[in-house]
Amino acid sequence: MVKSELIHRVAQRQQGLSMEDVEFGINKIFDHLIDALAKNQRIEIRGFGSFTLHYRPARTAHNPKTGEKVKAPSRYFPHFRPGKELKERVDKTDPEED
Amino acid sequence: MAVTKADLVDNLFDTMGINKREAKEIVELLFEEMIMALERGQDVKLSGFGVFVLRKKNARPGRNPKTGLEVTIPPKRVVTFRVGEKLKVKVDNYAGSKNEADKSD
Repeated sequence: MVKSELIHRVAQRQQGLSMEDVEFGINKIFDHLIDALAKNQRIEIRGFGSFTLHYRPARTAHNPKTGEKVKAPSRYFPHFRPGKELKERVDKTDPEED
Repeated sequence: MAVTKADLVDNLFDTMGINKREAKEIVELLFEEMIMALERGQDVKLSGFGVFVLRKKNARPGRNPKTGLEVTIPPKRVVTFRVGEKLKVKVDNYAGSKNEADKSD
């Protein structure tokens, strides 16, 4: 499922807002989440999950083509941890098990 | 402080000129629809942000850490997140600015 379909489904389930409003709002939400992580702010969505930055220290890496040593700087990357509700709901409805 | 659903609602209320109930509805329905898609077995692809991908985990042997008894851990379906390009670049910029402050050369 891609974002446009997600927007469509949310718009259908609520009353009073136009499709354009819902699209604008959902884009705002993801911009907000990206900006928060860009400032190393933790995100915690009850039931869905949480996002945090994980730190990787600098290391000496190798160029796989030349074998040459290169410095890989320390970096942060976003990490998602699924929430309890998401975990349970996704696990119990495996279509192949039914 | 962590960003919560309440913060997302406040931000929509402040910037969109819609009421609190409408803002709350968008936020709640968004995450609910994402969970429902994953329940149906669909990955959720959000360009710029990232992709929520379903993974099947096979059954594997494990041990009860309390009793030491061997048990079989049942097969599971789990969600993983792959970071999108825009989010990755923004976070890298944060890390980059921090590195420069550390180096002082």
